[in-house]
Amino acid sequence: MDRLMNVVAVLSGLLIVLVLLSIRRAHIRVEYSGSWLAAGVLLLALSRFRGLQEWIASTLGLTDAPLAVLMVAGSLFLVVLYRSSMVLSNLKDSNIALAQKVAILEFQIGSLDEKVKATAR
Amino acid sequence: MKLLILIPAFNEEGAVGGVIAEVHAAMPGVDVLVVDDCSEDATRNVAHSAGARVLSVPHHLGLGGCVQAGYRLAFELGYDYVIRVDGDGQHDPRDIPKVLQALEREQCEMVIGSRFVDGSQGQTSFVRAVGIHFFRAVLRPILGRPVRDPTSGFVGVNRTALALFSRSFPLEYPEIEALVVLQRKRFRFVEVPCRMRPRQAGRSTITAVKSLYYIAHVLLGVIVNVLKFEGRRK
Repeated sequence: MDRLMNVVAVLSGLLIVLVLLSIRRAHIRVEYSGSWLAAGVLLLALSRFRGLQEWIASTLGLTDAPLAVLMVAGSLFLVVLYRSSMVLSNLKDSNIALAQKVAILEFQIGSLDEKVKATAR
Repeated sequence: MKLLILIPAFNEEGAVGGVIAEVHAAMPGVDVLVVDDCSEDATRNVAHSAGARVLSVPHHLGLGGCVQAGYRLAFELGYDYVIRVDGDGQHDPRDIPKVLQALEREQCEMVIGSRFVDGSQGQTSFVRAVGIHFFRAVLRPILGRPVRDPTSGFVGVNRTALALFSRSFPLEYPEIEALVVLQRKRFRFVEVPCRMRPRQAGRSTITAVKSLYYIAHVLLGVIVNVLKFEGRRK
């Protein structure tokens, strides 16, 4: 059990470091790093404090404390992935609207250009 | 009355020129707009050479996004009617007058060129036929009336529908969901018999494997649109 919690602690630490490095290199925006950092910190805390694990396990009606940690980890990742899907969907919609707008503007500029050339002749 | 023929095209260099020529022959003097969905071939140049205006989107948007771009431009330019004809040559442009007459005569928001409306079975692949039967059954209770060819892309819309579609249009496989979007606004549609042909060149983007994804995707889109219902048509 202790070994499993050590692994969780190391993975959580790695997640936190990876997210911080990504923010520093501008691979991830600060506003989208919050949920990953929160997940990492929460998992790190859970893996280190046995009392917290047991409290969550008893709240969830589980007999096995490490299982509670894994359940919390799974739920956290689902929430973060769901949030990412929402952000992606919004971005895709905005991107399509923007692409349409650019195409229409280019078309209208081209039309104006043709009119100006025709007038100049 | 301002009419625009809208031709969405993606990698259709082999067929789009012929389609434009047929449109010009069937409807002389009518504006033709090809929406080039960022083709990797010479679709844009071929369309331009054939006498169409070309709206080029900066990256591949998929059929719905591409058609909506055309609807948006048509709405901004003040067109009264837009008739969509596929760029692969499956729709016979000689049927365009029939669609236009139905739009004017019926005063409905949308006219669908249907391969089945006269009771014929039309020419279609087995997979597509199964999909059509499935979506006929799904749409019947939602629309409150039968629709014979819900997957047809040979569609004419008036300015009211154009205003709606330029704001809200299904982005991937639009034909079936567009019917539900129309129903949400209590708009009317009619079907007129039209000829459908095998594609003139190139290959379809909907393969047999993609058909299952298509059915699941469209079904989900229909359900989502039904959940947005603002009231049934009286």
